[in-house]
Amino acid sequence: MILEVGIERKSFGSGAAERVVLEGIEFGLDEGEIIALVGPSGCGKTTLLKIIGGLDAAFVGQVQWFGSKPARIGTIFQNPRLLPWRTVKQNLLLVEPPAGARAIDELLRALGLWQFRDAYPTQISLGMARRVAIARAFSIVPDLVLMDEPFVSLDPAMAERGREVLLDAWRRRPTSALLVTHDLLDAAALADRVLMLSASPSRIVQTVTIDPELRRSGLEASMQVALKLRAAQAMT
Amino acid sequence: MAGTNLIKSGASARLLSWLALLLLWEAAARFAGTRLFPPVSTVLAAMGQDIASGALPYNLALTLCRVAAAFFISMLLGTVLGLLMGTWRRLDLLLDSWVTALLNLPALVVIVLMYVWFGLNEGAAITAVALNKLPTTAVVVREGTRALDRELLEMAHSFRIRRWSALRYVVLPQLYPYLFAAARSGLALIWKIVLVVELLGRSNGVGFQIQVYFQLFDVTNILAYTLAFILVVQAIEWAALQPMERYATRWRR
Repeated sequence: MILEVGIERKSFGSGAAERVVLEGIEFGLDEGEIIALVGPSGCGKTTLLKIIGGLDAAFVGQVQWFGSKPARIGTIFQNPRLLPWRTVKQNLLLVEPPAGARAIDELLRALGLWQFRDAYPTQISLGMARRVAIARAFSIVPDLVLMDEPFVSLDPAMAERGREVLLDAWRRRPTSALLVTHDLLDAAALADRVLMLSASPSRIVQTVTIDPELRRSGLEASMQVALKLRAAQAMT
Repeated sequence: MAGTNLIKSGASARLLSWLALLLLWEAAARFAGTRLFPPVSTVLAAMGQDIASGALPYNLALTLCRVAAAFFISMLLGTVLGLLMGTWRRLDLLLDSWVTALLNLPALVVIVLMYVWFGLNEGAAITAVALNKLPTTAVVVREGTRALDRELLEMAHSFRIRRWSALRYVVLPQLYPYLFAAARSGLALIWKIVLVVELLGRSNGVGFQIQVYFQLFDVTNILAYTLAFILVVQAIEWAALQPMERYATRWRR
């Protein structure tokens, strides 16, 4: 195991206005494993990723990292969060630790971004900007990738292309990853294990391990898995 | 192409409006026929003489140096102060009323106090001008800092972008519109105050010269200095501020 998450409680506000968003979230992540956390909108998925990514320390419990320290965490935010005044390539060159220019060129080529390397984020589509965000997260050679609804609000074909790009990047260097999403197809296409979360306050209500034969093996297999996930979700 | 044409047509429109103003001035002055309102041709001739004698370039250069010194000091300190106040709520609470007081203090009071306390010297003159501009820069930059995109700051933190790089590449570009606004209004304010400072306590510079000509009731030379001054300000706007702004916001196109 490379990461152990034990969040007893996370809430916002205090006193009568206190709102508990996460409660009793416990799971471990193995090296090279991809876990998808699936839950309804507003159930605290983004908050969970912020806690794991070290962006929010105000919670009860602990998150333990057993890998090399400090952990290199590549985050793919819901909104790509590219710097609009820097070109695609310049956005990738800014993060720490910086990949060499050659490594970045290679990554841009591999992810189909080469022709957009000198474009500003305002000049490319949302789908393309999401790909750049994926490239940025993988450019640091991460120990852990955190993904927050990386393909939300893309049309099905663009989302499918996005998942392919993500898997391409992941296969180039398999790394542990956490994906939070409300989209069962995202979870089915990418994950080894799926943790189903309840509505707020969120807790894990079910764990589904994806059949190894169907893992990351194309759209058709993913759709089969998604149907199974939906059935499992309906049971909870 | 369309952009270039637009810039060209914008420039010619400006030139036309300037020419129209000068023609109007010339005609009105000739019609009035008084020494207190000389035509533009007479003013330009006087300007030519002052340029040839070296008096105008000398005084204009001194004034420009004072403007530049006060401008850079006030922009630098005002930006740092604005950034700090926008970032730390407590510091903002502590300094807010001071900044407001300084913002509303008449320029004349600051100038007179600086001269009384520190003597009629260059340091006091420049400090007085800078103190007048500093609070407006601080307030504008504070607003800009408050409006910074939290998501981008979080991204910078998450990807461990170094503090200096984050300031330079994540924070400052977001502040450019505010900094340019502060620079524009700052230059406009500083020009005016520098002349008053020169009039009150220096023995050279455009402000001093205008005072001399005022005592002689020499309107022609007052207008000659004023016109030279306006031309320099316009040149700075066209040759420095606008190109810099275009470069800083090139990604928007």
